[in-house]
Amino acid sequence: MNESPLPFFATGDDPGASFVDLLRRVAPDKVPGAAGAGADAPFEVTHGTTIVAIRYEGGVVLAGDRRATAGTLIASRRIEKVFPADDFSGVAIAGAAGPAVELVKLFQVQLEHYEKIEGEPLSLEGKANQLAGLVRANLPAAMQGFVVVPLFAGYDDRRARGRVFSYDATGGKYEEADFQATGSGGIHARNWIKSQWEEGMTREAAVDLALRALFAAADEDSATGGPDLVRRIFPVVATIDTEGYAALGDDEVGTRAEALLGGREEGAGL
Amino acid sequence: MSMPFYVSPEQVMKDRADYARKGIARGRSLVALSTSDGIVIVAENPSRTLYKISEIYDRIAFAGVGKYNEFEMLRIAGVRQADVKGYSFAREDVNARSLANGYAQTLGQVFTHEMKPYEVEILVAQVGETQDTDELFHILYDGTVMDEQGCTVLGGQAEAILETARERYRADLDRAGAIRLGAELLANDGDPLAAGQLEVAFLDRSRTRRAFQRVRGDDLATILSDATD
Repeated sequence: MNESPLPFFATGDDPGASFVDLLRRVAPDKVPGAAGAGADAPFEVTHGTTIVAIRYEGGVVLAGDRRATAGTLIASRRIEKVFPADDFSGVAIAGAAGPAVELVKLFQVQLEHYEKIEGEPLSLEGKANQLAGLVRANLPAAMQGFVVVPLFAGYDDRRARGRVFSYDATGGKYEEADFQATGSGGIHARNWIKSQWEEGMTREAAVDLALRALFAAADEDSATGGPDLVRRIFPVVATIDTEGYAALGDDEVGTRAEALLGGREEGAGL
Repeated sequence: MSMPFYVSPEQVMKDRADYARKGIARGRSLVALSTSDGIVIVAENPSRTLYKISEIYDRIAFAGVGKYNEFEMLRIAGVRQADVKGYSFAREDVNARSLANGYAQTLGQVFTHEMKPYEVEILVAQVGETQDTDELFHILYDGTVMDEQGCTVLGGQAEAILETARERYRADLDRAGAIRLGAELLANDGDPLAAGQLEVAFLDRSRTRRAFQRVRGDDLATILSDATD
């Protein structure tokens, strides 16, 4: 049936519910992450910087600043690094922006494809493992400087709690107990969260903590964008709970961010 | 060495068509209705897990009657085709017409070239921005495609049901009204089917992305029981 316009496969060659395997068979040129020659990229790669994920009572918040850098230049002031993966999970990206955005797009299609083929969505753990596979497939490109390190967070309805997963460039997947921050300003954001996080936080408290952690990171790391009051550019923030993935509106984030200005995360005049 | 008997092409095609029609006639029917809220698809299906109606893409649904393994294979091929196309180009570039053509070619080829034709009839439905852009493609076992307006019926008793459906269908039906009408049509003069015997899906016109929803359980029972008021 090869002459058919629809993709059919012999029993042993069927890609099952995997969209990436399907793409490898029907359109191998469209599979991202194909590596070139072994040398480092001879140009400055656009990088997305700081992202955070924080678990709260009944859900998890994902947030990212809006800056992308290429070397010492600001490549974008408005890049978005937080995306819905499906209805009950989200992914935030740090690292080489081009491959990262492509990876998110592939991940989103993969989750939806699985759900449609199998008739039910993957478990949260299954989704986290799928993302690990995509990051691992990017390893050859990572060796050339196109490192992508996402954070994955979602609401696990089988365990009735929010969960956070972090990754390294080799596709290693690590479940975090409560929170994680990564990217160039990640260490500052993480320390800030570590000093403030507590069990049983409300959604509002977790959103505020995420914003303040990003401001703290922007205060110490030149590649992380702080709140831009002139252009009114604020971090992208999303929460995921029993109601599903919900991105906070720009106005809401702006109002909250302004209310937090002048706090200790701005360095106490140092 | 024996010579094969000569059989006229007319006879071959007729035999195959009879074979496919018999297979389809054994199964239960399915109704699709375009409404002001979106497209409603109602099937008689006592199974809670083996679906006849499924999501293909953002605004496109698939439904099949006849042999389960055959239309399930077609459904999966459609999901694959749509997802690869949407990933390669853009989500809005995936449309029901090209999927329907793909199905028609596949079914046509199988009908003429394979040992046995598929014993299926399928529906590819796409909900539009407005009701007059809704699309219902009804595809037969031999690859014949019909672009239906407003409502269509698939399956063994399709002709009998379609006559009543055309009489009773109104374009200003809403979601609940169409579900009740579907349940009555499938009963074909008997008592309307209960929630447990029906599989109902809805392509919601107001959704921005994935329009496909299943209507089941208490929701469905409530909608059906309103009819007797």
